[in-house]
Amino acid sequence: MNVIEASGLSKRYGSTWALRECTLAIPAGHVAALVGPNGAGKTTLLNLAVGLVAPSAGGVTVLGGRVAGSPAALDGIGFVAQDTPLYKNLSVADMLHLTRNLNRRFDQAAAEARLAELDIPLKRKAGRLSGGQQAQVALTLALARRPKLLVLDEPVAMLDPVARHDFMAMVLTAAAADGVSVVLSSHVLTELERVADYLILMSRGRVQVAGEVDDLLACHRMLTGPAAEADRYTERPVVQASRAAAQAHLLVRATADDPVPAGWEVHQVGLEELVLAYLRQPGAGALPGPARSRSSQPSEVTG
Amino acid sequence: MTALTTPAPPREDASLRPVPWQRMGWVTWRQHRVTLAGVAALLGALAVLLWIVGLHVHQAYSAAAACRPTSSAICDDMFGNFSVMDGFLANGFLLQALPALIGVFVGAPLLAREMETGTFRYAWTQGIGRLRWALAKLVLLAISVTVASGLFSLVTTWYYQPYFAASNPVPQPPLAPTLFDLRGVAFPAWTLAAFAIGALAGMLIRRVVPAIAATLAVYTGLVFAAGGFLRAHYLTPVLTSSLNVPGTAWIASQWWTVTRSGQFAWAGRPPMSVLGNITCPNSGPPNGKPTMVSIEQCVVQHGYTQWTSYQPTTRFWPFQWIEGGWLLVLSVLLIAVTVWLVRRRAA
Amino acid sequence: MTALSMSARPEEDTSLRPVPWRRMGWVTWRQHRVTLAGVVVFLGALMVFLWLAGRQLHSAYAAAIAACHPANPLTCPNMVNAFNGTNDYLANGGILQAVPVLIGAFAGAPVLARELETGTFRYAWTQGFGRWRWALAKLVLLAVVLAAVAGVFSLLLSWYYQPYFAEGNQAVSLTELTPFFTGLFNLRGIGFAAWTLAAFAIGALAGMLIRRVVPAIAATLIVYAGLAFAVGGWLRQAYMTPVVTSGLNVPGSAWIVSQWWTKGGRFAFSGFPPGRLLERLCPAGPPVPVGPGHGQKAAGLAECLTQHGYTQWTSYQPASRFWLFQWIEGSGLLVLSVLLIAVTVWLVRRRAA
Repeated sequence: MNVIEASGLSKRYGSTWALRECTLAIPAGHVAALVGPNGAGKTTLLNLAVGLVAPSAGGVTVLGGRVAGSPAALDGIGFVAQDTPLYKNLSVADMLHLTRNLNRRFDQAAAEARLAELDIPLKRKAGRLSGGQQAQVALTLALARRPKLLVLDEPVAMLDPVARHDFMAMVLTAAAADGVSVVLSSHVLTELERVADYLILMSRGRVQVAGEVDDLLACHRMLTGPAAEADRYTERPVVQASRAAAQAHLLVRATADDPVPAGWEVHQVGLEELVLAYLRQPGAGALPGPARSRSSQPSEVTG
Repeated sequence: MTALTTPAPPREDASLRPVPWQRMGWVTWRQHRVTLAGVAALLGALAVLLWIVGLHVHQAYSAAAACRPTSSAICDDMFGNFSVMDGFLANGFLLQALPALIGVFVGAPLLAREMETGTFRYAWTQGIGRLRWALAKLVLLAISVTVASGLFSLVTTWYYQPYFAASNPVPQPPLAPTLFDLRGVAFPAWTLAAFAIGALAGMLIRRVVPAIAATLAVYTGLVFAAGGFLRAHYLTPVLTSSLNVPGTAWIASQWWTVTRSGQFAWAGRPPMSVLGNITCPNSGPPNGKPTMVSIEQCVVQHGYTQWTSYQPTTRFWPFQWIEGGWLLVLSVLLIAVTVWLVRRRAA
Repeated sequence: MTALSMSARPEEDTSLRPVPWRRMGWVTWRQHRVTLAGVVVFLGALMVFLWLAGRQLHSAYAAAIAACHPANPLTCPNMVNAFNGTNDYLANGGILQAVPVLIGAFAGAPVLARELETGTFRYAWTQGFGRWRWALAKLVLLAVVLAAVAGVFSLLLSWYYQPYFAEGNQAVSLTELTPFFTGLFNLRGIGFAAWTLAAFAIGALAGMLIRRVVPAIAATLIVYAGLAFAVGGWLRQAYMTPVVTSGLNVPGSAWIVSQWWTKGGRFAFSGFPPGRLLERLCPAGPPVPVGPGHGQKAAGLAECLTQHGYTQWTSYQPASRFWLFQWIEGSGLLVLSVLLIAVTVWLVRRRAA
């Protein structure tokens, strides 16, 4: 089952295209990271997936074919928006009561237990909690609904490192223990390396890269060699080239089986390096083929 | 890799001269231009309406005033026609809402919105400093609404002028509460006061909608207090024992005493017990009902004196200046308290 | 690091039955209880005030009636003047006209505007309940509660103003208003509740369209004022075809829509006679002292014109149609409110964030 499946999805605000021809299929059972610079369309994509906005072209379905925004879709998705909006004048207990009333499933006991573990007082008004506590409350509310898919829009942007760590630990536990699929967008790459096993990279309203992290890392290599020969390298597609003095670093799409030219060194690539390289080259892309299994290779470079 | 070069830094102003005041002019305009434009549009539309209707009213009045002989039934009819024209404006109730609305929508959100949305954390940490920022905004907006409502009150004064004119056989007392604060200096003064109340309410309550509600409540209370109690005592009322009190006078109170002993008899109108025990020849008009004057004459003939304390028409402008004056002082005070709160209050 | 865990799954409701409507009861109450409490307190305070003032008015009225039937030449005018002057700032409706629109604006505009302005709609519209059902439940619940509270308040209002509309007032010079008196029509009967409901519906739609609370309140005030003027000035007199009669004996309690004069079957002029005609035909009537009753003045001009062959035509609404008009206006406002709420809910369903 694909938790989010988009085909030709586009969204226009006025004359600006926030999202263009987005086609992707995020499989269930993963923690998918949605990465990209500001204005790339991450929030737009997530808003489309949870039914807050309607597409200008194309379509998106969730949780195996449910129309985004339909009652069936709303039932199965827990969403935490950017800035974790809570009703500032309601207490935490009121927010629990509210969410319980507005949904078919709600695990009150688990939510209260979790908030107690985090030392968040139930009687305090949500507006008087710290940013980190508000984020935790919002996440608790979303998870207490027992969703099949958890969608988080820049959830850790406002959190200190410890709070961020606890937050992501919570997310991972839910993913592992309860089988919740997670799609989260973020800037913070170091966290993602730890938690994400599926990567979607967006840039300027288009999906640049989408695939399992292991697969992506397996089919990219960093070649280091003399700068003079860098221009003549044509064996494998080059994603990004950078030069410093006499040396050149080429990020190429190659597997361990591909031969290494003489005079060049080869290294494996880390996720952060990979993401940065693609972000610097908006024209490059690596998208999975149509009928995927876990071991298939990404398709050819486009653009 | 291309080299990134930055241009040389701009010349610094090394002296610690404060940021000049006039910069707040643009800041105030840009942040509040929708509100100010709305106020201007509202007052402009109403001014046009008043002008159109006012022309009719003035025409009807001139025709009625030129009618001769003045006590004929025809001329009475003409004045009657004039006096029922445009009743919804004649009462002044609609226009009474204007100062309140202007003050509420310009004054209350001014500080309350900054506090509610948290943008004060930006505004109060800029180089100009929070004190000068608040003072400049408050003063600029106060002047703007006062000027706008002052111009509008020219139109209202012109509009209501026939109702108070001398040749009107049944003129309204110029000091009557419902129309007093729509004319002259009082209208802009009340608008300024509403603005100042709104600004202070916004700073105290720190949320926009409750501040608006509080401003409406406080302003309404103040208007009723002024019209009902305060205004009657700006100057010591004139005291007379004559029955011929001018019709345009604004009567503060009336009471009766026993003529011979000077002892207080009763206040207000003669009670039923007194009227039931005296008889008067029907000294009123031949085919008319007894008027209050004739009743009073009858009571006087039975040994009572009526005392009236009233404010004569000639005091209209002194009262306007007095009311404008204390409203101005109040507004300045409220704005000063608001600025002091801005300076003092921790975020 | 402590293990952060959720307990075992509770029983799932796997059927796709929607979340029941009654849950919105608590949601609406909890989110809007300050507003509702404020409205109740406000109207409660007004009710206390009106009850006190109304007792004063009613006793003045009773005293005037007692003194004038049979008519005592001294006490009757005294009491009549006393009654006419009691609470004269309320006699025309005055400030009470502001109550429906204030309630509607402050209760209606923030419902959707606040969610949109603060971003909490991103929470509320992604819950399982579904956004349009959420909006519909909230708006309907609040509308019903406000209309009910306003209805209770208007009972007291009708009681307060009842002396002004009693029969036979004019004969003794007591203020007698036509039941259709514009300043009071929408404060009596079912008018008050209907106008409060309409103001709420206007506020809700304004909040959804404008998406910011304070401009939505301002827009509600303006739209309501325009509607009230349109209805009071033009629409109301056309609910039913006015009765047209010639002759000068129009009942005092009738609501005169228009008057015009004809001569010889042809239209002459409407409203007040033009100045030149007056100068020519009725230059100086017999001197008539200014009396308290309006009937005396009217006789002069109308008689003069009738003597010259003019016929006065009056189109009016008789007082007996008061309740009919109340129901027409009430149901019209109800339909309008339902329509506005429906449009608001449709906008919620359809509009992109």
